[in-house]
Amino acid sequence: MENSGVGGVYQYFWGYASESIQLACKYAYPTATAGCTLNEKGIEFEIVPVDLLKGEQKNPEFLKLQPFGVTPVIKEGDYTLYESRAIIRYYAEKYKSQGTDLLGKTLEEKGLVEQWLEVEAQNYNAPAYDLVVNLLFYPKLGIPVNADLVKESEEKLAKVLDVYEERLSKSKYLAGDFFSLADLSHLPFNHYLVNAIGKAYLIKDRKHVSAWWDDISNRPAWKKVLEL
Amino acid sequence: MALKLYGVPFSTCTSRVLGALYEKGLDFELVPVNLSVGEHKQPEFLAKNPFGVIPVLEDEDVNFFESRAVNHYVAHKYKDQGTDLIRHKNIKEAGLVGVWVEVESQTFNPAISPIIYQLYVKPLHGETPDHSVVEAAVEKLAKVLDVYEARLATSKYLAGDFFSLADLNHFPYTNYLMKTPHASVVNSRPHVKAWWEAISSRPALKKVADGMILSV
Repeated sequence: MENSGVGGVYQYFWGYASESIQLACKYAYPTATAGCTLNEKGIEFEIVPVDLLKGEQKNPEFLKLQPFGVTPVIKEGDYTLYESRAIIRYYAEKYKSQGTDLLGKTLEEKGLVEQWLEVEAQNYNAPAYDLVVNLLFYPKLGIPVNADLVKESEEKLAKVLDVYEERLSKSKYLAGDFFSLADLSHLPFNHYLVNAIGKAYLIKDRKHVSAWWDDISNRPAWKKVLEL
Repeated sequence: MALKLYGVPFSTCTSRVLGALYEKGLDFELVPVNLSVGEHKQPEFLAKNPFGVIPVLEDEDVNFFESRAVNHYVAHKYKDQGTDLIRHKNIKEAGLVGVWVEVESQTFNPAISPIIYQLYVKPLHGETPDHSVVEAAVEKLAKVLDVYEARLATSKYLAGDFFSLADLNHFPYTNYLMKTPHASVVNSRPHVKAWWEAISSRPALKKVADGMILSV
């Protein structure tokens, strides 16, 4: 039986005293996804802060772990993984017989989990990221907000969420009637949309998306991430 | 025929799935989708992929979209057949395949896809490429490939000393890049160049390349 201890999850840390930035750093979205998955599996882990403002993620020592200079990174002994979706897939598989089943049971279910995780990665992530970065982080950093990009991102995301609305009218969760990695990977950005950048309507105005959000955001594993 | 792939051979994302199907030596039917008449936006196709894009893989009575997800499904379902694309017997190797699959998806693809869009897709619609977008993308891609160069100096393929889904998923966009003057961004990096030569000489991927008939 392998040692189930996970050494460290390196997450970025803004370092400002202001409350909303500290809140942001504690659940920096891709780290939150990794942390939430470990919580769902009941695995303990340690957060190792990486100071983004000091550029620690570009230090030679960090670049040995993650050569693209971004977080999160997971270290388990001398085994290192990065890219949040690779991390969550690895732990969901490694601990598949423990905690919440996040991958689905049959080949078909697994295929659907992968499909909706890719939908998140390819369709949802980019416009959600552009909205959050422009509306939440740039004002704090004194970087001018790109209003055209915000408008375009909002429209793109609305179209994506229309597809989700249709899907979730037929299926309790994205991959089927079971919570999975596909739903989990939406938690951090949905959280920002609803609670931090005044775009709650995108979620709340869509009946099935809203019900889905209420369900997944009340999971204990997610609430534990918010307490970090 | 159990497996049906809806798409077209000159499409990068369809080609990604063709690569996996050929590497696995699987029987399938390629069902063309007429993009020029908007077949992919019609209700019958939207019922298969509500995002209205190709490819879609139909396996008996289920279907899957998103080419990387389709490849993952094919690689798992047929894990004991043909090339082992996901290292299913070794979870740590599988984890590293997962990392580089994500690097392609999140870092490589955003850098390379504007180049292919401008130089190949826009002309198909009678539009003029914006070369300033291409130049900016090439610069971004060069920085990404610097990391690849360092990685491939210590590892024959991206996830380790074995060909995997991580390498395969890079094939279609890189194939189109190599037909442009910007091939230099690969050719000027000896380990990236060697890696490209190794993967593009695989019989399965040569077969994919035969169908990728668009030119600049």
